[in-house]
Amino acid sequence: MRSRSLLWGGVLAGLLALVSAAAPWLAQNDPDEQLDPAAASYRPPGTRLEAVRLADGTWRLADRIERTPDGLRIERLGRTEVLPAGRVLNLTPDGVADHRFYLLGSDKFGRDLWARMLWGGRISLAAGLLAAVLSLVLGVAIGSAAALGGRRIDTVLMRIVDAFLSLPYIPLLVTLSALFRPDTVALVFILAASAWMTISRLVRAELLSLKEREFILAAHAIGLGPFAVFWRHLLPNAFTPVLIQSMLLVGQLILAESGLSFLGMGVQPPTATWGNLAAEGRESISWAWWLATFPGAAISIAVIAFNLLGDGLRDALDPRTR
Amino acid sequence: MAGYLLRRLISSFLLLLLVATIIFFLVHLAPGDPTTVLEGRRITPEQREHLRHLYGLDRPLGEQYVRWLGALARGDLGISFAQQRPITTIIAEAFPATFLLATAAILVEYGVALLLGIAAARRRDGTADHLIRVVSLLLSSQPSFWIGLMLILLFAHVWPLLPASHMHSIDADLMSPLGRALDLARHLILPAVALGLYNAGPTLRFVRGSLIEVMGMDYIRTARAKGLSERRVVWVHGLRNALTPLVQLFALSFPSLLNGAVLTEIIFSWPGLGRLSLAAILSRDYPLMVGITLFGALLVVLGNLVADLLQAALDPRVRDA
Repeated sequence: MRSRSLLWGGVLAGLLALVSAAAPWLAQNDPDEQLDPAAASYRPPGTRLEAVRLADGTWRLADRIERTPDGLRIERLGRTEVLPAGRVLNLTPDGVADHRFYLLGSDKFGRDLWARMLWGGRISLAAGLLAAVLSLVLGVAIGSAAALGGRRIDTVLMRIVDAFLSLPYIPLLVTLSALFRPDTVALVFILAASAWMTISRLVRAELLSLKEREFILAAHAIGLGPFAVFWRHLLPNAFTPVLIQSMLLVGQLILAESGLSFLGMGVQPPTATWGNLAAEGRESISWAWWLATFPGAAISIAVIAFNLLGDGLRDALDPRTR
Repeated sequence: MAGYLLRRLISSFLLLLLVATIIFFLVHLAPGDPTTVLEGRRITPEQREHLRHLYGLDRPLGEQYVRWLGALARGDLGISFAQQRPITTIIAEAFPATFLLATAAILVEYGVALLLGIAAARRRDGTADHLIRVVSLLLSSQPSFWIGLMLILLFAHVWPLLPASHMHSIDADLMSPLGRALDLARHLILPAVALGLYNAGPTLRFVRGSLIEVMGMDYIRTARAKGLSERRVVWVHGLRNALTPLVQLFALSFPSLLNGAVLTEIIFSWPGLGRLSLAAILSRDYPLMVGITLFGALLVVLGNLVADLLQAALDPRVRDA
């Protein structure tokens, strides 16, 4: 079970990274493309539509087409239309040269959900990861200052940590994002501001117990400066639990980002993220189930991956839990 | 105990003061001021200046802060931009619905967590334990809104069993009192299950871990050696001691309960604080948003205080420390 958590977490996270990196090749369609919204909206997963390019530059997406000797007969929106060969630009001997395939269905505007999820996943994952890194830096800095900076600094910093832990972060994040109207970068900062506290508590506790240990006292005794002791001896020894906690944090931050985007306070449409895709799918849950279901599933797979990684690392690296 | 109570009361009060201060300065660090969010509405610069004066926003920051704290001390959260009513009144109207939802969700959460946690701990490392670990991982990895959406999809659309939104049916006013209570209960089921399941994952792990730890203690071996039935050993001797720390966890889960409630209420159109905060966002009602955030913080701090006091009542080591 132990190594299995780590293995599965690693496999899932690796897959997510791979899929996100390969998004331009995996997505056949452009995530923002709206060729023929009227005909392509709310198509269930696995729909294939024939893409007919007309002479005036517009597109028609047809359920079925039939090549006739002098042109094309298309079935679109329940109606049959006959197009002379001269009006169709991408005509071939047996039909048209283009089609659109909606692996996971299409949204209100006929955009491809699969493509939108691939591109949106990049933003969701990056926001979660970056916010976690930022929380890690902030948490280590504040936790170290509290542990090593003397009693007064410790008291003040820890009370601030308590206060941040008491803030109900969804209303707070929402208030902040309403005031800042954040772009993705600002969103990462806002997310990190809601998450650094657990790291700083952990760092402080680890450093407090480490700094009285013999090897640290010895390092001081042989004349190493405080900074060298901190950088070469204290921090590396406190790092394992911090690393584990940061993995769990990535998952939580992906969840937080999705919650904010779900409320319309995260990354703004038309840029897709898993959270705002699920939010857009909410209104159509009764007739287009795929729109909320797949992005939500993607979020949970990502969170599962990082939770497994955290758990697996804990089991592998931290002997106390055995 | 009295000394402990006093100390905890004072530190809770200071904490709340600090929280309020952080909220005040975070909000005022934001570029612009509350009237900025009114941009885009038909509002002339003179009207805006008038509003700034009316809400005291043209005064120095320090003075605003002191006035704001003074009003807060009198329980005055200010006036809502959009509704033009005292924010305390608005919150007081919305809170009972949130309280009802949260209570029902806690019942679901602890029902699931205790049932599965005990089952897993009793069959440690068995198939059931592994399955339950997977369930707990799945539960704690879901976005809260997604559980709600999936429940709506399954139990309101695919299999139309329960209402998907609001607190009452349209004709609730015509029903008998009993009918109305049943109607409310039917509306409560899906949101309560969604919110409860969302929170159940960590609690379930905690129950399992705590019970496993307690079951390894010497007094459990003694109880077994006395010839007590295994059921009695687990339920009376084990569980009682395993659950004491759960009180602490309960208080620590308060913020996540509130956060989850916001999203759950929005999905199920449940007329509580969460829905209120959405309305506040949509109407850019900034004082109301701050008021709700502060009220949430108050609930969290109170929850922590109550948990600490309960803990002290249950465990003498805490209060004498």
